[in-house]
Amino acid sequence: MLFKPSFLTLAVCAAVLSVPCAAQTIFPLTRADILAGSHFDFKVEFASVVDAAQVKVTINGQDYTKVLGKSAELIAREDGKEVSSLMLHDASISKPGQYTVTATDGKTSTSVIWSVYGTTAKRVAKNVILFIGDGFSIGHRTAARILSKGIEGGKYTAKLALDDMPYMALLSTQGTDSIITDSANAAHAYTTGHKSCVNALGVYCSRAASTLDHPKVETITEIAKRRGMAVGTVTNSEIEDATPAAMVAHTRRRSDYNDIVKMFYDSKIDVMMGGGSPNFLPKSTPGSKRSDDVDYIERFKQADYKIAITKSEMLAAADDAKTTKLLGLYNTGNVDGALDLKFLKKGSVSRFPDQPDVPEEMRAALQVLSRNKNGFVLMVESARIDKYSHSMDAERAIYDTIMFDSAVRQAKEWAKAHGDNTLILVTADHGHAVSVIGTVNDDEPGTEMRNKVGTYAEAGFPNYPAPDAEGYPNKVDVSRRLRLTFGAYPDYYDTFRPFMDGEFVPTLRNADGVMVANEKYKNIPGAVLREGNLPNKGARGANSGVHSGDDVVLTAMGPGADKVHGQMENTDLFRVMAEALALAPQAKVADAKVQKK
Amino acid sequence: MSVDTLLTFDSLYKSVGVLGIQYSEQAKALKGKDVRLRGYMAPPLKPESKFFVLTREPVAVCPFCASDAQWPVDIVVIYLRDTLAPVDFSRRIEVVGTLEMGSWTDPKTGFVSQVRMVNAKVSRL
Repeated sequence: MLFKPSFLTLAVCAAVLSVPCAAQTIFPLTRADILAGSHFDFKVEFASVVDAAQVKVTINGQDYTKVLGKSAELIAREDGKEVSSLMLHDASISKPGQYTVTATDGKTSTSVIWSVYGTTAKRVAKNVILFIGDGFSIGHRTAARILSKGIEGGKYTAKLALDDMPYMALLSTQGTDSIITDSANAAHAYTTGHKSCVNALGVYCSRAASTLDHPKVETITEIAKRRGMAVGTVTNSEIEDATPAAMVAHTRRRSDYNDIVKMFYDSKIDVMMGGGSPNFLPKSTPGSKRSDDVDYIERFKQADYKIAITKSEMLAAADDAKTTKLLGLYNTGNVDGALDLKFLKKGSVSRFPDQPDVPEEMRAALQVLSRNKNGFVLMVESARIDKYSHSMDAERAIYDTIMFDSAVRQAKEWAKAHGDNTLILVTADHGHAVSVIGTVNDDEPGTEMRNKVGTYAEAGFPNYPAPDAEGYPNKVDVSRRLRLTFGAYPDYYDTFRPFMDGEFVPTLRNADGVMVANEKYKNIPGAVLREGNLPNKGARGANSGVHSGDDVVLTAMGPGADKVHGQMENTDLFRVMAEALALAPQAKVADAKVQKK
Repeated sequence: MSVDTLLTFDSLYKSVGVLGIQYSEQAKALKGKDVRLRGYMAPPLKPESKFFVLTREPVAVCPFCASDAQWPVDIVVIYLRDTLAPVDFSRRIEVVGTLEMGSWTDPKTGFVSQVRMVNAKVSRL
């Protein structure tokens, strides 16, 4: 449902018909920005079963088939229900401009407006690297900067690599259904340039019964592959998880992991790395999560992918000059985060001792993708900033932010050494309600932890050791540590200290279905029960922190980065990439003028 | 039912790797026999009275758990003899039942499991 009903719809119903308005829904939704030549499914949903003879759909006053080049199928009873729909797969419009689409069933009429845009003819960037810190918010950024750069004379001793970029913008993240987004429709906005709803990837959210039947829009992977480019995605989440899946997936439900593995395979994406191997294994293999007997490891092998299941195998595969396709799966679940992987050795590190971190995955991906002379698009995700912010594990979220920055720094170095023709974009998909509010000082008197919290002048500076070469302090449980607070939370025990034995599990559901604080932490000295400020019952019950609707920061450098400024929609990021890569080149007057000069 | 053999999640598997799980010799020897196993009940995806998932650690952080997508790989699926009384998902429980191994698709739910305990009973610890 749209937040704001279509102005045109209301006007037509009220002025012309003066009857209760059960109007059509047209996909793409009104105000869609569509890349010229990109493919999309065109769907009109009628409110009842319609008479085919009465149905009329026009685009800018012409019959729609003239503009879209083909006819749609009229489904008399969609999903067996008393409603009709018009569906046209893989439509496209090549000429930029404004398009008014009007659909009538003979009784009511609805109009939407699409804006089809082209790009300059001249491609300015050979490559694009899109960095997504999942849930990466201002609080994480500041905390990472304090830990990995330090302050002298009131100033940071150096900038984070992701701060040190010439262009910056604020991106709004809301979707078609809500002011709050999830990682699916957020990443979808970046990879398709279209808005969608919570849990959806590569589709508009329609009334279709099957999660796989919603109107699709193309991803940057499909568009870039069509132009002969290489494409990759690396992450430390499961590879099927929302952000990397947004590179290839078309489903209303992000948890369709088995379908998403197939979509990765069908997309012919060149490099993909992360965790989440069980959905690649046939169900007859113990440890599989598939419901069929397709062996996707074998299928990827047969499609000439090198397979890596450890960091060592990844490095060897990337070093092999013949490797142009690489599938790396390093964990059954998520790849461990930086604090566990490098320092504490908790999580699943003992089971999977040879996992790469995100910068290492990225470097291997750059080696492989840069073998394609037509350039590449690479998404690099630091996924667990979000996951650790859900579990309100501040230190793990901060260490993964430092890891994110390390990846950005190495990408900048790579770009400089490889022709300075790579557009680098660094952003988050959504926020979390996190803030640096001071420090916790164990040396303050007494036993009450809240009275050891220093604010304003008493916050002073934390006493983490100087960072190592990658930017991490090698000790996290220091006596005067950062206090990163979470503003939206379920019931939990606030321990005022890092979780040295493994990721925090703040909240569990009790026998009555109520979300309650995990009593495991009750007896930690100084732990205080926080009564949550989020729903704790029923379907809305929260067992973790939640996403914020705050804008996220986008920083950018390289060719095409100058389009990044001011306050933008998250979908505009797709357009920045499309412009830099000239994905819809128009032989334009403007270009001709430049050539004459 | 008096069952002496206490299996643990650790003793169930020889290895848990990217390309699959290997059962331990002990687990293989106990196939078809009654065993005890301790763990945590995962919040069910939909109300089920005779079927649930037992996990090594409490399953908590899963904000989009509309499916089994984010369950750990070493789960054991429990098919109960009787209807289950509500269980606190933060309390460790003990399950007694007949150990089954190998891929099996539940004809009612379509849920695929690798390790099961059937005809099972649950007790609180």
